[in-house]
Amino acid sequence: MADFLTFLFKGISVGSLYALIALGYTMVYGILQFINFAHSDVFALGAFFSWRFAVAYHLMHPTPIQAAGLLLLSMAACALTGLLIEWLAYRPLRQAPRLNVLITAIGVSLFLENAGQLVWGKSVVQFPTMTEHSIVLGGVHIRLVEVVAVGAAFALMLGLQWLVYRTKIGRGMRAVSVDHNIAGLMGVPVDQIISLTFVIGSALAGAGGLLVGLTYGQIKQPADASWIIYGLKAFVAAVIGGIGNLPGAMLGGLLLGIAEQFVAGYVSTTFRDAIAFALLIVILLVRPSGILGKNVVEKV
Amino acid sequence: MRNLFLSALVATFACAGCKHGPKAPSNVIVVGEYGSLTGSEATFGQSTHNGLSMAVAEINGAGGIKGKKVQLVNYDDQGKTSEVGTAVTRLIAEDNALAVIGEVASSLSIAGGQICQQQGVPMISPSSTNPKVTETGDYIFRVCFIDPFQGYVMARFATNPKDKGGLGLKRVAILVDQRQAYSQGLAQYFAEALKKLGGQVVATESYQGGDQDFSAQLTRIRDVKPEAIYLPGYYTDVANIAKQARGLGLTAPLLGGDGWESVQEIGGAAVQGAYFSNHYSADEKRPEVQHFVDRYTKQFGKSPDSMAALGYDAMMLLKNAIERAHEGPLPAWRTSVRDALAQTKDFQGVTGKISMDKDRNATKPAVVLEIVDKHTVTAATIPPQ
Repeated sequence: MADFLTFLFKGISVGSLYALIALGYTMVYGILQFINFAHSDVFALGAFFSWRFAVAYHLMHPTPIQAAGLLLLSMAACALTGLLIEWLAYRPLRQAPRLNVLITAIGVSLFLENAGQLVWGKSVVQFPTMTEHSIVLGGVHIRLVEVVAVGAAFALMLGLQWLVYRTKIGRGMRAVSVDHNIAGLMGVPVDQIISLTFVIGSALAGAGGLLVGLTYGQIKQPADASWIIYGLKAFVAAVIGGIGNLPGAMLGGLLLGIAEQFVAGYVSTTFRDAIAFALLIVILLVRPSGILGKNVVEKV
Repeated sequence: MRNLFLSALVATFACAGCKHGPKAPSNVIVVGEYGSLTGSEATFGQSTHNGLSMAVAEINGAGGIKGKKVQLVNYDDQGKTSEVGTAVTRLIAEDNALAVIGEVASSLSIAGGQICQQQGVPMISPSSTNPKVTETGDYIFRVCFIDPFQGYVMARFATNPKDKGGLGLKRVAILVDQRQAYSQGLAQYFAEALKKLGGQVVATESYQGGDQDFSAQLTRIRDVKPEAIYLPGYYTDVANIAKQARGLGLTAPLLGGDGWESVQEIGGAAVQGAYFSNHYSADEKRPEVQHFVDRYTKQFGKSPDSMAALGYDAMMLLKNAIERAHEGPLPAWRTSVRDALAQTKDFQGVTGKISMDKDRNATKPAVVLEIVDKHTVTAATIPPQ
């Protein structure tokens, strides 16, 4: 039982990070119908930004309040990055075929990876440590820092829900995702809403970068495969949940995280990814548009 | 038009050829180095490079080898097998290296060794301990001990009773990096030695180098309640594993091998009191060691680790062999250096007295270090079997 709960909590911890990144993919897809391959790189930059801020302000052992400050700084820096990416790389291609935008996204991704490598080098970086304590609940050991990370991730996701479903900006975003042209005709500032979508998605990725660094205590160089794998899994999580659907991305992230941990814990660590992904293929066979996705027939 | 383009292309390559083509032997001896100057094992490559360049500076300061200066050419392989091929090929074909020194990670030394063997270029690995490295062929040497011995050293230290300087343990769990030949080999030799010495492997779990999450493996290890955990991996992963192990409430002592070098700098509280086998200890009293430690500390501002000491020894051993070899045109000269290396006997290095055995491995003692704060102290010295 203790093992089961350990795996479950760990699954939620990993899954909430996937969910946070998956939201960025799904929001952009919902509005522009294209996959922003540069998103996982913004996530990596988020980790490096927060590390640089921590070094600059001598916060290698941050208190919870200082960590919250780092979170905001990292989110702001990534939001700015997202804004610039959209403005410089994607906006000029607004009328171009979707394939061109997709290729551009790959280009932006490679650019960010290599620029990051150039600026921060290729070595493993020691991340700030908040606490090395654990809490013990009925024989289950849980690292305090992971509890904090899960809490922060859920708070951010709830915040996003509120923003999208309870505010005017959110209504604009939903309108643009249904149809830009008509939303534009109705007086929704489409370009601003699209920029804002990138800003929000990138800020969430920035938060994810800080949280992943705090959880594992070290971050690999920006072009390392571990970032790409995170991005890939988050993207898969978004597809499982139904791409374009916000609660779907969160659900998909958590499901993927938990499935991975149970496979690793009870079956095999070697085939963790293979088995977890096989499960997900089964889900997609049963529900092609994802768990919460709507089955829309596209007319040709 | 197309022909014009093609001929321009050919001309470009032909020119590139003239520029980097084979040069006649001049008055320098080119020694090639490939190492992980960046990447996950960056401190290994950097330390090795520091040790090597210090040796080269000393050799050149004393007039070079037989009146010729040594020129060290090095390429960064980023710790990737794919980069090793390019780096070693460049060293041999473009820079005309007389001999090549590299790598730390066994998988990379094996990759580089295959090219050196094919091209007939002597290669010395400063610190790859997997037996397969020198099995590649008769041009491949090393100045460190091999993993069967290293596995035995830690098994011996773990099972020795406490009054004989050991830990007095029997039940050990192993967590191995299945992507690294080094880690797999060391785990296997440790397990064999442990069984022979009356101990028991209670669990064997694996991960893939670069994984970030080890909770599933560690939870299963926790369930079998081992007295110690053996982690034959590299330091970045080990630091991460140690933190997560402590977080899951695993308090058993951690044991490891020479891949742990520099874990004390990043592991924090989680690695305190952990033990690992290593090549040498900077607090040893031998004059060679103290002399080396003093100069290294003065030049680089920190105490030399094993990788630095082995890098230094590799270069000095090579110098010793070049002095005994017959100079000539490159292919013959390389073969002669190889023969001289194979005949090395009782060479006094910083890491101990080195003799090449018939398999081109160095036979020498090992130390067990304990991590205290951000430093290591010698816990035991174990002689060759």
